[in-house]
Amino acid sequence: MDDLLQEFIAETRETLEALSGEIIAWEAAPDDRERLDAIFRFVHTVKGSCGFLDLPRLARLSHAAEDVLDAVRSGTRLPDTRMVNAVLAIVDRIGVIVEAIDSGTSLDDAGEDQLIAALDEGAVVVAQAPVQVPLRNPTRSVRLNVDLLDRMMSGMSDMVLARNELARRLRDEGADPSVEAALERLSLTVAEMRDTVTRTRMQKIDALFSALPRMVRDTGAELGKTVMLHMEGSDVELDREMIEMMRDPLVHIVRNSIDHGIEAPAERRAAGKRENGRLSVAARQSGNQIIIEISDDGRGIDTERLIAAMVAQGNRTESELRALSEKAKLELIFEAGVSTKDSVTAISGRGVGMDVVRANVEQIGGRIELSNTPGKGLRIAIHVPLTLSIIATIGVGVGGQRFAISRQVIEEIVRVGGDAIRIDMLGDTAMATVRDRRMPLVDLGTMLGFDREEEQARMLVIVGVPGGSYALAVPSVLDHEELVIKPAAPAVMVTGIYAGQTLPDSGLPMLLLDCAGIAAMAGLQFGREIAIDDAVVEAEAQRVSALLFDDLDGVRRLVPLAIIDRIEPIAVDSIKFSAGRLRLSAENGIIPLVVQGEWTGRQTLSVLRLRDGAAEIGYAIAEALDIVTLPDSIAPAREVGPIAGVVSLEGEQVELLDLYWLFATHGATRSDEKPPVCLIEGADTAWMKTFLKPVLEGAGYRVATKLKADETAAVILTMNSDTTVAKKGGAPVVRLRHDAAAADAREASVYRYDRDGLLAALAVSAGGR
Amino acid sequence: MPQLFLIAHIAGRAVAIESGQVESVVDIGTVVPVPGAGRQVRGLAALRSRVVTVIDTRAALGLPAAETRATRAIITHVEGHHYAIMVDSLEDVAPFELLPLSPGIALDAGWRATGCGLVERNGEPILTIDLRALVPGLTAMAA
Repeated sequence: MDDLLQEFIAETRETLEALSGEIIAWEAAPDDRERLDAIFRFVHTVKGSCGFLDLPRLARLSHAAEDVLDAVRSGTRLPDTRMVNAVLAIVDRIGVIVEAIDSGTSLDDAGEDQLIAALDEGAVVVAQAPVQVPLRNPTRSVRLNVDLLDRMMSGMSDMVLARNELARRLRDEGADPSVEAALERLSLTVAEMRDTVTRTRMQKIDALFSALPRMVRDTGAELGKTVMLHMEGSDVELDREMIEMMRDPLVHIVRNSIDHGIEAPAERRAAGKRENGRLSVAARQSGNQIIIEISDDGRGIDTERLIAAMVAQGNRTESELRALSEKAKLELIFEAGVSTKDSVTAISGRGVGMDVVRANVEQIGGRIELSNTPGKGLRIAIHVPLTLSIIATIGVGVGGQRFAISRQVIEEIVRVGGDAIRIDMLGDTAMATVRDRRMPLVDLGTMLGFDREEEQARMLVIVGVPGGSYALAVPSVLDHEELVIKPAAPAVMVTGIYAGQTLPDSGLPMLLLDCAGIAAMAGLQFGREIAIDDAVVEAEAQRVSALLFDDLDGVRRLVPLAIIDRIEPIAVDSIKFSAGRLRLSAENGIIPLVVQGEWTGRQTLSVLRLRDGAAEIGYAIAEALDIVTLPDSIAPAREVGPIAGVVSLEGEQVELLDLYWLFATHGATRSDEKPPVCLIEGADTAWMKTFLKPVLEGAGYRVATKLKADETAAVILTMNSDTTVAKKGGAPVVRLRHDAAAADAREASVYRYDRDGLLAALAVSAGGR
Repeated sequence: MPQLFLIAHIAGRAVAIESGQVESVVDIGTVVPVPGAGRQVRGLAALRSRVVTVIDTRAALGLPAAETRATRAIITHVEGHHYAIMVDSLEDVAPFELLPLSPGIALDAGWRATGCGLVERNGEPILTIDLRALVPGLTAMAA
């Protein structure tokens, strides 16, 4: 959350700087629509961000300003100097509050009511008391122009290609060992450099997704809707700048989906849907673009109402609108100030946002596609370009030529003729069965127009595409290579088979296959309708699904599916025995890891990331096998431990993990809720920070030496023996003393090295809020 | 004002190419085919650690394939991609005055899109062509 806040501050600051010119221009000409829109977008964005960052003061201010500006936009109110002044005062105030949040100082909220009141028509002008702007914190990072990073990146990829060329020439000509050693060193440096440069720009899209679960929950709660969020592809990497640009559009779309799309529970019941709305956010790479899809199973867009709303606004005539194609009608939602929603809510307001969303996406060269199923849901696909990427690929050989397939889409590679592999013909359609999993089969040679008779496909590459998987039959699988993929010429891309081109070490250009494109070319159709599994889920809703897996000690076990956040492969070296237990380094810190069995000898293993809503633990497994329905009867274990009991699964005895025990024993209390703040004050702050901070944080406090604007201390810890430390906001004070023996029995204090006594005193004080 | 033109031979005809469109002139080595792409795309070739898309000029002009395959090519840069336009042979570069096509001249199908004027060399008119018109699949064709 702190990251998000920092980004919000930086972003707001930048927008304010950029906006200052607009504001002055608007002051001079209040009728200027463009300036009005710019300022409107600013307050709207601030409002949106405040919603999920939980900054109620900013939200109130921006919401008020937005209301007024919207009235001006829709023409119900004429801008006058007084109103302009009032809006500008609010924009200024937003800037001041943002600075205060950043520097962690508190800011009196007096006068904000007046600011808001001044927006009303006919409000009396109130003289504003000048607000002292707090000093800015010195920043610890440098903001670089992205152009510079672009140039660095493109220079870097040229360097990789030049190195490849050099390596090839040297190999061809049989170079001196000393030259080869030098080349080897160059290669290493280039590789390291490339990683660094790539990292400067790339970021996992998780950075964008991680805020969604909380936002969906909060938004849903505010509207009285329960929404199940399903996220996919959070490890897709995207240019850092793209991530920034995508943040607002994504937030807007998700909020719109929950507010406008997903119906209230009663309405959903009446429509024969499950009460819980479903929202799915998925990211994937397709060719040289990243596609982020947001789909819901709500009511979709009602184009009739959309047209009615447009006509009511009077911008267009009904006949003109009716003449539009269905697609064009849908795209009306991108027009400024349109909404089919009758009432304005705090969440998404007036259907605004979609014009802002499209502007943002188009600014980065992306586009938005809508696919609407009235009454059943809406799918919004945001396509953004992937300017350049270095990706891990597997080379496949067909027709004497090599092609690359992105490792990311490959689920597994199996040999035709293995025990568990079958290829059958259904009519004239080939189908592969891989370990009881049936999937369509596409022959790469045939797809590319090579003569099939000449070589038999001997390997199956199982690739995952949105909605399903298929087997791509290839004659041979060659090797693994990291490649700089660049977009190919339009004449090549238009085939729909390729995602880009590259120049590997061989010196011969190679094409990267677009597996989703091949699936489309082969006419494979995977169910994309999000509500499709409703019926099945309904029937089995009473029973619990569980994941069947092979544990590291060779025993087959089960764990309820609902608790699994995700399953991911990890490198063994990210596991360490540290501070008394096994821990796993994860992208967001360190989580406790539970292991039953031997893990040290393995190359890789999978980890189940388990979550009970607040705490997270990892559970290392050998292999995930299947998803099964838990039988009702469980034979309990004899002893309390990691195993809750045994169930019978198709005649086999399978152990079921005891989640209660796992979380009670291993779950660190890392709660999503804000930890109580322990404020350190007075003399010896440095000692307290150095010695006590880890202890206090381990006990679940947030340790601060200064309070943020919207924070209150749960307890104040001080070493001052006198009573100069004021009781801030009524927070209780716990005093520490230097000596083991209390010098003054009248003053309650705790010896500073008495860990238990200290934590007990804190708990009593903080708990007594 | 005279401009520099490169005189080349394509499909047995002399053509003039405005030198601004010519990045370099090369001999193309191994061409890796692009299965599924149009006939105009002969494939991809490596050129100094870059990948260029090789255009079969005869196919782009809608002419039947030649008996012998040309290896010389003009490299041109269009919309962010490098293309190698295959030619039969190359002559030299010289300044010429660009003249409009004489009124009433109707070029043959394939040549119509690419022909954009003529230059006169020692009394012999030579068709000037726009290489961009030979590149398939461009989003916006410059007139």
